[in-house]
Amino acid sequence: MTSAGERAAGAVSARMALGRYGEELVARYLRERGMEVVARNWRCEHGEIDIVARDGPCLVVCEVKTRRGTAFGDPVEAVTVAKAMRLRRLAGAYVREQGGHRGPVRVDVVGVLCEDGRPPVLRHVRGVGS
Amino acid sequence: MSAGLGRTRSVALSGLDGTLVDVEAHIGQGLPHFSVGGLPDAACAQAPDRVRAAAGNAGTPVPPHRVTVNLSPASIPKRGAGFDLPIAVAVLAAAGVLRPALVEDVVHLGELALDGRLRGVRGVLPAVLEATRRGVRHVVVPLENVAEAQLVDDVHVHAARSLADVIGWYRAAADGTPVPVAEVRTDDDAPTQHRADLADVVGQPEARVALELSATGGHHLLMNGPPGVGKTMLAERLVTILPPLTREQALETHAIRSLAGHVGEVTRLDRTPPFVAPHHSTSVAALAGGGSGVVVPGAISRAHHGVLFLDEAPEFKGTVLQTLRQPLESGEVVIARARQSVRYPARFLLVLAANPCPCGRSYGKAIDCTCTSTEIRGYASRLSGPLLDRVDLQVHVPPVRRSAIGDEVGEPSAAVAGRVAAAREVQRERWRASGGARWLLNGLVPGHVLRRPPFRLPGHVTADIDRSLDTGRITLRGYDRVLRVAWSAADLAGHESPSRDDVATALVLRRGEAVAA
Repeated sequence: MTSAGERAAGAVSARMALGRYGEELVARYLRERGMEVVARNWRCEHGEIDIVARDGPCLVVCEVKTRRGTAFGDPVEAVTVAKAMRLRRLAGAYVREQGGHRGPVRVDVVGVLCEDGRPPVLRHVRGVGS
Repeated sequence: MSAGLGRTRSVALSGLDGTLVDVEAHIGQGLPHFSVGGLPDAACAQAPDRVRAAAGNAGTPVPPHRVTVNLSPASIPKRGAGFDLPIAVAVLAAAGVLRPALVEDVVHLGELALDGRLRGVRGVLPAVLEATRRGVRHVVVPLENVAEAQLVDDVHVHAARSLADVIGWYRAAADGTPVPVAEVRTDDDAPTQHRADLADVVGQPEARVALELSATGGHHLLMNGPPGVGKTMLAERLVTILPPLTREQALETHAIRSLAGHVGEVTRLDRTPPFVAPHHSTSVAALAGGGSGVVVPGAISRAHHGVLFLDEAPEFKGTVLQTLRQPLESGEVVIARARQSVRYPARFLLVLAANPCPCGRSYGKAIDCTCTSTEIRGYASRLSGPLLDRVDLQVHVPPVRRSAIGDEVGEPSAAVAGRVAAAREVQRERWRASGGARWLLNGLVPGHVLRRPPFRLPGHVTADIDRSLDTGRITLRGYDRVLRVAWSAADLAGHESPSRDDVATALVLRRGEAVAA
């Protein structure tokens, strides 16, 4: 029992580490693209925003999906319509709480595919859910 | 994979009328999504799931982008899974798997299985006919439907087993290899073998004459007689003495069969006129056509250019019999729905069979009959009225006597068919010369044409029916019907115009109900 529990805990932490690695990768990618990362892992009652960035006048709420393979589909495919709608709600909640933002708001999804022995592949989908 | 556009074609059917449909696919930025627009029905809207699975199994997955498919013109309902293949081809063209220019002018038809195999669909023949009319030169159909599609001239039919086949062809075509044309599966001019023959029928000289007249002039027929005397046998053999269908007629009947029958049922062009005998419990929708969603042709349309036989005609529900009236007049049936009205052709020869009474034994002295007089009257009255008015020939089919069994065999169908064909040729010449472009059969000639010169018969010929008309035994409508049958009798006998004997024959066959009642 304990060993199974430990294994499970190990799997969870490995997954979390992968997720954090992906977010780190995406943050760097966004900065390279000339965006300014405003917040990381911002939480509220509705959930969590992975990355909040500023792309010129536009506020970008960015969801990062990291996967080890495509056996369960492309990473970006994991963001369903319902999740996209939740991201929109989160974006609204963020703007309300932070205040002061007058420009447009955009929701992006970045998929990170980290297959063993290959460099990670990023896919950036802009303006999701509109 | 870059965002792109792909386009191919398919056909949407509403009844037998097809519309060429542009199937456009666009792959754009966005979350992975696959939607079909342009008025698809439930089955057609599920195409994305099948296409995704089939394309994946064919080795060319649908890209994880935003895929939008549009079926244009969007105002026409698209029904069924037959759009799976064109949707898959358009999407793969948009994804850059296939060269868009190759698939643009090809009509694709077929349902996809999840493993990428192609399944046959209904209505391939009318769809290919419409595509060819609109100038399409290449169609891709499932292997099951290939024989059906090949009935159409002037079009290259490509038969695919699976989506992988189609992808392979187009990839090879990009390098200059032509797409393989399916080998011909249809033996168009194969002799049609009739198992039934008029020689099988024992006796019944009067019914034989009526049958021959019916086939000659296209006169509807009522046979009245006890069970077991051969009414059904006679009716079944009517199609063996009718002239074989022309190619156009055969294509029409097969197009209906392609919609109403099982997938892949149409394999060859059968020139024998169809024989359709619905059971007397049939519903209005089954007889005239109908159904939820797709309007399926009914028995009367399946009998188009052939024979519709209603055995035990008085047992049919009154409303069912009434639905026959409009098609009998116009030769087509219109099924009107809130969103659409569908038109199916239904020009058939109506043959009714009736027992003399509910128990069927009221013939001769009617000793065995157990029916009350009320029952018998009620039974007979179910057929009377407007429907019977349209039936030119009413013949009594009596029980066969023992002496008839030993007789020499009756005349075979081929001999009768020869006479019928010759008589039809005579009619065609006569009515065409008289400017009757709309009718070429005696049974369709309007009454006033027969009562006026040059077709008015001399008084000594029509003396019998004139007297009947005077004494009120026949109505004016009945008078016209007797004249029509008389012309058919004359054409069969080789007379220039009906003689007094021909008119007498027609009058006897008109009064059939008087004998039966």
